[in-house]
Amino acid sequence: MITANPAPEAGTEARTGSSPVRAVTRRKKRQWLPYLLLLPVVVAELLIHIIPMLIGVGMSFLELTQFYIRNWTAAPAAGVGNYRFVLQFDEASGKALLHSFWTTVQFTVIVLALSWLLAMAAAIWTQHAFRGRGLVRTVFLVPYALPVFASVITWSFMLQRDNGMVNHVLVDQLGVTDERPFWLIGDNSFWALIVVEVWRLWPFAFLALTAGMSSIPAEQYEAAAIDGAGVLRSVRWVTLPNLRSVNQVLLLVLFLWTFNEFTVPYTFFGKSAPEQADLISMHIYQNSFVTWNFGTGSAMSVLLLLFLLAVTAVYLLLTRKKDVDA
Amino acid sequence: MREPTWFVWSRRIGLTLLCAFALLPVWVMVTTSLKPLGDVQGEFRWFPSTVSLDAFVEMWRTIPLGRYFVNSLVVSVIASVASVALALLAAYAVSRYRFTGRQLFSVTVLSTQMFPGILFLLPLFVIFVNLGRTLGIDLYGSRPGLIITYLTFTLPFAVWMLVGYLDSVPRELDEAAAVDGNGPMGAFFRVVVPAAMPGIIAVLIYAFMTAWGEVLFASVLTDESTRTLAVGLQGYATQNNVYWNQIMAASLTVSVPVVVGFLLLQRYLVAGLTAGSVK
Repeated sequence: MITANPAPEAGTEARTGSSPVRAVTRRKKRQWLPYLLLLPVVVAELLIHIIPMLIGVGMSFLELTQFYIRNWTAAPAAGVGNYRFVLQFDEASGKALLHSFWTTVQFTVIVLALSWLLAMAAAIWTQHAFRGRGLVRTVFLVPYALPVFASVITWSFMLQRDNGMVNHVLVDQLGVTDERPFWLIGDNSFWALIVVEVWRLWPFAFLALTAGMSSIPAEQYEAAAIDGAGVLRSVRWVTLPNLRSVNQVLLLVLFLWTFNEFTVPYTFFGKSAPEQADLISMHIYQNSFVTWNFGTGSAMSVLLLLFLLAVTAVYLLLTRKKDVDA
Repeated sequence: MREPTWFVWSRRIGLTLLCAFALLPVWVMVTTSLKPLGDVQGEFRWFPSTVSLDAFVEMWRTIPLGRYFVNSLVVSVIASVASVALALLAAYAVSRYRFTGRQLFSVTVLSTQMFPGILFLLPLFVIFVNLGRTLGIDLYGSRPGLIITYLTFTLPFAVWMLVGYLDSVPRELDEAAAVDGNGPMGAFFRVVVPAAMPGIIAVLIYAFMTAWGEVLFASVLTDESTRTLAVGLQGYATQNNVYWNQIMAASLTVSVPVVVGFLLLQRYLVAGLTAGSVK
């Protein structure tokens, strides 16, 4: 389970300090206190998360079209009609949803692989001190620190066909092609979006991997060196095994972020993404606010959530089983 | 370990390329903001033909940038302060007490952080619109409405990061405070909060940054008077012209405070960000 601090089961001996006796008395006397402290967040979670989510699930069973959004109690029940509608893969809307889903899957896999590889390489290169390491690490954080909308809008300027930097380099300076390619529409838009997303995401992976590597005991590398291991072998036999739990969480977090990505495509394409780069969050958003059919929009959101939960559950089961085997 | 020559060279080349990749948009942003309009309408130039500060003056007039700026500031400050205040109490409970439901609470908070925003957007939109119609509470298009929706993402990770920071405050401090006659809340406010202050400020900054850059909720739940920067910057593209120099000047202006804040607090932020995912 992904918790920052694996707690003992709630029923077992409580330990709030190094003195168990005092902790127990405190526990008995003050048992109401933790609940009181949690109360504001629990109320807020209920109001902003739990209740809206339940209402969202409810909405997916309603015929919640533009006539009923302002008065949703009057919306007629749709049963599973919304789900049946969005999953009609032989109809245009179902086809578009399936296409968007596969686009998102491919996008996520490629972004994850590239971000992880860049981050891993950078983390290995900066693992041992050298002159300028602090500066390099700070530079790597810049993409992560910039507000997404500001940096992504810059990328969209760089990738303009006629006055952008990328085509200036490719066509005018290097002469790779004669024809100026489009980057914000057509097949290229998928790859352009990947570059921007990787640019934005890999620093976070770098942070996590660097933190993970800093806790690997130096003796392990010394032992590997005595056994005659070079750089690559010590990465393979010391670094990677030690990063196992970091990677387990990191990949899951990166997966969920990338799969749900909205801000980057929305800013990059300016509200309407081309079909080739139609990520699922954008797809649901555009569908909901173009057709104003929140019933089908909610049905798609619920399906997305179920998919993410299923992937997460399977992933956690598989990775934990491996931990037991290892 | 002795580093072989090929490794040192691969490091030099690799890190140089990665730094160039990371900084390329920054270069474009800074140089373009200093260009006169003519420079951004034709072919791309690496340097401005003449350095001009016009874009930094005109950007306030082309769109109501000042209003967007104030909107972003108000919404982000209130959302981040509110979420840190609420989260701090909860984080103290999770960090210092073992109680029934602790695990359930942690898992719920963590998982809602991972849910797609669109899942909350549609119901919140419907709830806001219907509250306005039936009870006359106008949350749709208002700043309080946007702040409430921003809590959906600032609150969970604030709890998450703060638990990590409070865990790193030694419990001996609590005990010393108790010996001095403080109750649990006295110990919390007099000892634990001051000791965790760098972490708390880091969470505050990070919450502010995410709210500052939020687009999904702001694009739907604001109107012209409450629009934030993240959505409003799109306004520089008119039908006839795209004022790229002004967009870049505005992007730079709204980035500088956040980037400086981030880099100043880099050490604490990095510790907190990675604590949640790595520990």
